[in-house]
Amino acid sequence: MPSEARKALFEPLVANNPVALQILGICSALAVTTQLSASLIMCLALISVTAFSNLFISLVRHHIPSSIRIIVQMTIIASLVIVVDQVLKAYAYGVSKQLAVFVGLIITNCIVMGRAEAYAMKNGPWNSFLDGIGNGLGYSLILIIVASVRELFGSGSLLGYQILTPVADGGWYVPNGLMLLAPSAFIIIGLTIWAIRALYPEQVEKADFEMQNAHNTAPLGNAGGAH
Amino acid sequence: MKNSKISISNLSRQGGFFHLANDNMIKTIGVATLLCLVCSIIVSGAATILKSQQVANKLLDKKKNILMVAGINDDSKTVAELFTQIEPRIVNMSSGKFTDTLNVDLFDQRKAANDAQYRVKLDKAQDIASIGAISKYGNVYLVRDGEAVSKIILPISGYGLWSTMYGFIALESDARTVSGITFYEHGETPGLGGEIDNKKWQASWDGKKVVDLQGKPVLSLVKGGVTQNTPDAEYKVDGLAGATLTSNGVSNLIKFWMGEDAFGPYLERVRSATSQVSVVTSINSEKG
Repeated sequence: MPSEARKALFEPLVANNPVALQILGICSALAVTTQLSASLIMCLALISVTAFSNLFISLVRHHIPSSIRIIVQMTIIASLVIVVDQVLKAYAYGVSKQLAVFVGLIITNCIVMGRAEAYAMKNGPWNSFLDGIGNGLGYSLILIIVASVRELFGSGSLLGYQILTPVADGGWYVPNGLMLLAPSAFIIIGLTIWAIRALYPEQVEKADFEMQNAHNTAPLGNAGGAH
Repeated sequence: MKNSKISISNLSRQGGFFHLANDNMIKTIGVATLLCLVCSIIVSGAATILKSQQVANKLLDKKKNILMVAGINDDSKTVAELFTQIEPRIVNMSSGKFTDTLNVDLFDQRKAANDAQYRVKLDKAQDIASIGAISKYGNVYLVRDGEAVSKIILPISGYGLWSTMYGFIALESDARTVSGITFYEHGETPGLGGEIDNKKWQASWDGKKVVDLQGKPVLSLVKGGVTQNTPDAEYKVDGLAGATLTSNGVSNLIKFWMGEDAFGPYLERVRSATSQVSVVTSINSEKG
């Protein structure tokens, strides 16, 4: 595999993760992660939408008038999302009911638009396709981490299989209700970002401003106080 | 005229449209039109091809919901097998009598409400559930325990905050006591109004009475908790926290569907029939 293609596919996994580094797609990462199974379907849906929207946009990129390029991208993405939604309704009815509006909201997932604008408009179809898959996988990685933690500690199960038996069913585990609420996803994403940046210190952003060392620590009134 | 014709024919001969500069007005409009055309064909194509599968799913889901609200579940059997325990009937809303003139398998009161043949428009005072019109005939699903009817399942619907909520309510054979409720389609806010899907909340309906002793629909959702000590607790269900309008919608749809414009006459007949039976049996037992 040529290095450019490999870069497009694997870089978004950890080194340039769309959620952890680009901070995109947070909204759905909060909404669909209370259960691992719903998250997995969401990941598949997002990977296919990002990959194919990148592919199609890249194919027509030389003919997209710059004045309407965002609308063109949106139209292509929206059509793909509707197709995905229809397929889910036909072949995974239970999941599509569970995901409800969130499938439709892939249209507004910043990762899809972001990759279309940042990568597919400038690169060839094959690399764009891989970039779409890579970013989808990067998103999935974070989603799976968040959903595993939330489902395990929030309901004591993984993929619906009971692992920690909750007190209500005669076990010992007291489910952590916070894990089922959206704020817990923020906390887990935050901790994940911390872990990734501890491993890859180059991802740490430079501070916007630095605290200046106080050069006059003596009590006020002693040194005239001009700073 | 002549000039423009020539230039267009030149254009097409060279495949020239795609050689136009991208910010050219014709190209911009052309690209937009072409894109819309292609996308709409793809979208409508997908919708048409997958339609039959989706309809089948919806029907299966409806049956599953009827079984769920009836409290019938058995993982070893298919939905179709289990559904044989349910007896679908069609009832004339105004007279409250069963009718056999319509095909029970095909008739759907939800569709019929939009069919001029069956449609009954509701005026403002009647239409507390904000559904506009109902069908002259209603679907009723009976669960039998031997000969006697043990449960009556009725389809219900009404407007919440964002959407019309569709569901089923199961009543005991007395046609007063709730034995289950479920909603199978709605577009309420997930986590707030969407909690009408919450199994725990649905379970809190069990044993509530939809009508008072005079047969007037009184069951409603109330703010704050309902406990054993709440006065008239049997006519009250916990409202949904943070979803007042959805809760009002649910109260209204229960009032409507249990009321005289919908299943009221039918339920009244069931009630009078069962009370006669009990009177008869009590007389008999006195004699005995």
